[in-house]
Amino acid sequence: MGSVVGDPIKFVLNWGRRYSLWVFNFGLACCAIEFIATSMGRHDFMRLGVIPFAHGPRQADLMVVSGTVTDKMAPAVKRLYDQMPEPKYVISFGACSNCGGPYWDSYSVTKGVDQLIPVDVYIPGCPPRPEALLHGIMKLQDKIAGEQSGLGGVNRTDVKALTAPPVRRP
Amino acid sequence: MTSELTVGTGAGLDTADMVLNIGPQHPSTHGVLRLKLVLDGERVLSAEPIIGYMHRGAEKLFEVRDYRQIIMLANRHDWLSAFCNELGVVLAVERLMGIEVPDRAVWLRTALAELNRVLNHLMFLGSYPLEIGAITPVFYAFRERETIQAVLEEASGGRMHYMYNRVGGLKEEVPAGWTTRARTAIDQVRRRMPDLDNLIRRNEIFLARTVGVGVLSAADAAAYGASGPVARASGLDFDLRRDEPYLAYGALDVPVVTRTTGDCHARFEVLLDQVYASLDLAQTCLDEVDKLTGPVNVRLPKVVKAPEGHTYAWTENPLGINGYYLVSHGEKTPWRLKLRTASYSNVQALSKLLPGTLVPDLIAILGSMFFVVGDVDK
Repeated sequence: MGSVVGDPIKFVLNWGRRYSLWVFNFGLACCAIEFIATSMGRHDFMRLGVIPFAHGPRQADLMVVSGTVTDKMAPAVKRLYDQMPEPKYVISFGACSNCGGPYWDSYSVTKGVDQLIPVDVYIPGCPPRPEALLHGIMKLQDKIAGEQSGLGGVNRTDVKALTAPPVRRP
Repeated sequence: MTSELTVGTGAGLDTADMVLNIGPQHPSTHGVLRLKLVLDGERVLSAEPIIGYMHRGAEKLFEVRDYRQIIMLANRHDWLSAFCNELGVVLAVERLMGIEVPDRAVWLRTALAELNRVLNHLMFLGSYPLEIGAITPVFYAFRERETIQAVLEEASGGRMHYMYNRVGGLKEEVPAGWTTRARTAIDQVRRRMPDLDNLIRRNEIFLARTVGVGVLSAADAAAYGASGPVARASGLDFDLRRDEPYLAYGALDVPVVTRTTGDCHARFEVLLDQVYASLDLAQTCLDEVDKLTGPVNVRLPKVVKAPEGHTYAWTENPLGINGYYLVSHGEKTPWRLKLRTASYSNVQALSKLLPGTLVPDLIAILGSMFFVVGDVDK
C-alpha cells in the first residue's frame, strides 16, 4: 500500500496523525501523576495535539504506559493494546515501564512493557518530568512524520514476534 | 434446553444478578484497583476489592537494600506522600541506632512533611470532583500543586520523590533564602485556595452527590483499622501528630480536623480544611527553622548498620497511619521491614460501605476513600 500512495497523500496522512493523538493514559503508578500534571494548565500537552479525552482504548491512537507493570497487570496491558485500532503508538513513560526501574529485582514486576507490546518512544526518569513527556511526544511526532504509512496504517514488523512463544516445540 | 436470562432492567420483576468488574484499568479507580461487583440492576449486592495489581514486592526488596537505599523504595509506595514515607523509615532506623537528629533538621522535616501533606490533599481535592463530574477544580488544584512542588523541588531536586531524608537528618542544607520563598508559596496557595473552595464545597450538585452517601460509622472505621482523613470524617478523633507526637509536633499546637457525619462530603471537607491547617503548620515550622542554625544531619559511618533489635515507627501520613516494623539482626540490611499502610486498611471498609448502594454512588464512595493503589498493594 505504501508504494501506491503518493508522497503528498502520505504527507497529509502523517500530518493528520501526528497532531491528533487521542491519548489513552494507562496510569499505573507514580508516573501517572506526572502525566496528569502534564495535561494540566502549566504544561498543557493539548497544544501539541495530544487529546486526553479518549473514552477508552478503542478510541485512542496513543497509549502512554505510565508506571510499574506487574505480572498480574500484564494481560490487561496486552489486551487493551490489542483493542486499539491502527495506526497506534505506545509511549513508555518512566523507568518502571521501560525496564522495571527501581523494581528491577522484584519477583512480581514485569521488566519493561516492551516485553508485552511494541514501544515507540521510551521516556527515562523516575518519574520523568512533565517536560520529558512533552519531549517524548515531540519525538513521537517526528517519528510519525517520517513514516512510510499507507491508508491502512503503519507497517509493523515484529508484532507476531512478540507474541510467539520463545521456545518452539520440536 | 435454553433458559432465558434477563439481566438488569428487564420486562420481568425478577432479574438475574450480574457480575461486573470495575477495573483493573478504569478511569474512576485512579490506579488499578479492581472491584468485583454483584449487581441487581443498578444496586450493588456485594463488592469485593481485588488487590495486587500494583504489588511490587517492596517489603521483600527492603531486605536486599541497605539502609540508605531503602529510603528510595520506601517513598514510592504512596507516591503522593513521598516525603512522609521516607520519614517513617529514617525514624525507625534512627531510633534503633540511637541517633539524635539536629534541631534544625527536625523542624525542616516537619515543615516539609506538612507541605507534602498539602500536595497530597490537593491531588484528591482535584481528582475527587473530577470523578463525579466537576472538571474545573482539578485545574486549580494542580496550579497550587505546581506552586508547592517548585518549593520542594528547589530544596530536594525532585518533583515527587524527594529523597531528601537521610538517616540522621536531611540530605543537605536548604538553599539560601529558601524559607522566604517557601513562605511566599504558602501565602500564594492560601490566598488562592478560595478559588477551589468556593467552587466545590457548597456546590449544589456536589452536595447532592456526596451528602449522606457512603456513611461510615466511627465504630466501623475503628473496626477496619481506618485512619487519617477517612476515619476523622467519621468522628474518630485520632491523629498521631497530636496523640503520639514525633518530629517537632510535640512543640506545635496541631489542630485535628474532624467531622461526625462520616459521609463522602465529610471526608472531602476534612481534606479541604486540613490543607489550611497544614499550611499554617508549615508556616510556623518555617519561622522556627529561621531561628535555628547548625547542621541538618549527623555524620554516619561508611556502612550504616542498625544494631540487633526491633522497633516500630509510625507516622501520621496524609492518608492515615503509616507504620514500619523494623527487625534488624545487626546487618547492613534489615532482616524484615514490615509496612503498615494507610490505604490498605481504608480500602477494606469498601466491602462494608458498598453493598446496597447504586452504581453512580459507588464512584462517589470509591473516590472519597482517598487511597493510593501503590499504598494498598505495596
